Amino acid sequence: MTPGQAAASSASRKPTQLSGPRRNHLARVARDWDELLLTRRGRSAAVDEDGEDADGRRRGAFSRLRESLRATRQALGSEVAATFSRTLTAHDWDALEESLIVADVGGPAAAEIVSGLESTVRRERLDGDELRERLVELLAAEATVTGGAPLHIDLRPEPTVILMVGVNGTGKTTTIGKLAWRLTHEEGLRVLLAAADTFRAAATEQLERWAERAGADIVTAAAGSDPGSVAFDAVARARGEGYDVVLVDTAGRLHNQEPLMAELAKVRRVIANQLAGAPHETLLSLDATTGQNGLRQARAFADAVALDGIVLTKLDGSAKGGIALAIARELAIPVKLIGIGEALEDLRPFDPDEFARALIE
Amino acid sequence: MFDALSEKLQATLASLRSRGTLTEQDVTAALREIRLALLEADVNLEVVKQFTAAVRERAVGSDIIGQLNPGQQVVKIVHEELAELLGGPAAAIEFASSPPTVILMVGLQGSGKTTATAKLAHYLQAEHHSTVAVAACDTQRPAAIEQLVTVATNAGATVYEQGTERSPVEIAKWALERAKQDGKDVLIVDTSGRLHVDEALMAELGEICRVTDPDDVLLVLDAMTGQDAVNVAAQFGAALPLTGSVLTKLDGDARGGAALSVRSVTGKPILFASLGEKRDQFERFHPERMAQRILGMGDVLTLIEKAGKEVDERESEKLEARLRQGEFDLDDFLSQLRMMRRMGPLQGLLSMIPGLGTQLRGMKVDEREIDRIQAIILSMTPHERRHPELIKGARRLRIARGSGTSVQAVNQLVKQFAHVRKVMRQVGRGRMPDLAALGRPPR
Ligand SMILES: Nc1nc2c(ncn2[C@@H]2O[C@H](COP(=O)(O)OP(=O)(O)O)[C@@H](O)[C@H]2O)c(=O)[nH]1
Ligand SMILES: [Mg+2]
Repeated sequence: MTPGQAAASSASRKPTQLSGPRRNHLARVARDWDELLLTRRGRSAAVDEDGEDADGRRRGAFSRLRESLRATRQALGSEVAATFSRTLTAHDWDALEESLIVADVGGPAAAEIVSGLESTVRRERLDGDELRERLVELLAAEATVTGGAPLHIDLRPEPTVILMVGVNGTGKTTTIGKLAWRLTHEEGLRVLLAAADTFRAAATEQLERWAERAGADIVTAAAGSDPGSVAFDAVARARGEGYDVVLVDTAGRLHNQEPLMAELAKVRRVIANQLAGAPHETLLSLDATTGQNGLRQARAFADAVALDGIVLTKLDGSAKGGIALAIARELAIPVKLIGIGEALEDLRPFDPDEFARALIE
Repeated sequence: MFDALSEKLQATLASLRSRGTLTEQDVTAALREIRLALLEADVNLEVVKQFTAAVRERAVGSDIIGQLNPGQQVVKIVHEELAELLGGPAAAIEFASSPPTVILMVGLQGSGKTTATAKLAHYLQAEHHSTVAVAACDTQRPAAIEQLVTVATNAGATVYEQGTERSPVEIAKWALERAKQDGKDVLIVDTSGRLHVDEALMAELGEICRVTDPDDVLLVLDAMTGQDAVNVAAQFGAALPLTGSVLTKLDGDARGGAALSVRSVTGKPILFASLGEKRDQFERFHPERMAQRILGMGDVLTLIEKAGKEVDERESEKLEARLRQGEFDLDDFLSQLRMMRRMGPLQGLLSMIPGLGTQLRGMKVDEREIDRIQAIILSMTPHERRHPELIKGARRLRIARGSGTSVQAVNQLVKQFAHVRKVMRQVGRGRMPDLAALGRPPR
């Protein structure tokens, strides 16, 4: 694909065009970096210059993920998988519902999804392998947000400001480190980090370490200083010095603590005051291990700062992050990125197919 | 959302209508809602299944207390069982016979180990007047050591750190030597967060365990953890001799059902609850509160508690009045038996009778025998209960069949009751009763 074609296909993923029957959208969901990131150049220079290498890396990342999900598959999979080779009985549907519950999809959502699948399957008279693939497809459709936030991350504004929010320990700082590396190293962008977690001990040092690894610059302030002013300074500096992207790290906070949520809303306002339209992307980092509380987290953060997407972290464990499905259904907030480890390259675009497969495998 | 659930539960359950004892249907209907509540609270599905099966066993056929409807009665039983499961043997830090006591902190990434380490250090200094050192073995996460140095120093603990060059195992070993040299009472070892499926890193923990021989190995678990808590607990439990766990981020609004999962998988107590980012927001774990939180049915539980108290008082008063009037029939006998079962004989009405309490002490109430007596009495008509002397021939046979017992058993009960009534009449007239007949099943 030439850069021109890529740009055209990117344009076709605009949310306004995502109408019609749900399953057809699957083809348009970002499964790859060049689909996820909307850059001024269309596709990243790295991929264009060295397509094979990039493909190799891609395969590497996939097999890493597969490898890391294997344990989970084995734990859960056999029972459900066995049933898909024939037509499904009531018991099989129960087993499917249970595997969704065990994946943290939640009781009510699992029941609704399964009854929806059941009627579709009955209508389409599916069986065998066909049935299995169709189930994955339908589940993937459930995980795909339509009519909500765009499914890509638009990096065309200069500078693009990305605000990272979430509960303590969910992976905000690590995700910023990995994303910064991706953007500098693979996309050839100039990235500035803002150490706006001025609260947790050594949070700034942690982000500094990531800035070094990723080859990004960083704006810091003394511990305990106003997080809003760190964000403000970073955006101002990015404008002055022509950075492409600003990644703003914030302190972890529990979503039920109103003063802290108000503080976060203020950080957002300060950024908007410095640069109209910013932050362009506000991402919630959500630990895949989280249970039903994840829905409340997403709701509260969305109320406070308006979310454009979710980063589902720690998918390299045995948790499946099924709560993201409930969030997609209830709040129409798409998962855009997944974390699959602690190394620089352990960040991937979200692939609903793969996610769906892992839910029932 | 929780309120809606609680309302729904009340609505479903209020429509249940059996009286006296819980039927199979009551329990099934109530448990369906309880199952949803537990899943919503993130209790693992398998644990939910086991737990509800145990509750079912206990609930079917049990008595409904006074004002409660059958559903509330099930909730009451569920709550009691939950609290018991979460509690278990009294839980505290094990101190070594010769210091230092070594406490190893383990858990997933981001679960709150470092914060909990500093808080525990603070707690042990404040509550046990221990001198505490912490070992900085998280060489993995960037700036983890700086974080520990800051928070642990603020908490008044000594930090043993060697940067990130040496291996965590070496650092742990070295820190233990230093703690001995320095005469510390306690050494808390902070480790890197790791996934339970990461075999290499789990083996490393095993190695740290081997070289430090800890007195306590605490699994630090985020209260927001979902279904996967059982896998985490099982894997950490398989790799290490866990002695307990610490539940963190309880200042959030997660219901914390993971606590139940971990408790039932590891069989080890939950020792502490961590409730914020300040170092004194750390306390002993309260099973009772946690049970309430997991069920998320505060209103129902308060109601149940009140109804339970009221009914006992009301019944006691009624019974006392009847005793004074020299009236005592099989219904009274039944309600006395139920009260005895609920509260134990010493708290029951009988114990309020002067002189009786001491003599009743140590008397064991045979549960099955009570069940049998209850079944027999419930198979009688209200008229028969008031006039047991009518129970003969065909009536006796009908009651025996209805209660699934024998004619002899019915006979025995009637005889025993006649005796008890005599005793109770004596009591009513202010004489000391013959205690041999009381509460003891007929033989
Ligand atoms: N295994 C794994 N660990 C992760 C992932 N993302 C973050 N972590 C770890 O989770 C812990 C908390 O991450 P951090 O970025 O400090 O969380 P923050 O408090 O939200 O900034 C650290 O130990 C990270 O290394 C992931 O995708 N997989
Ligand atoms: Mg952070």
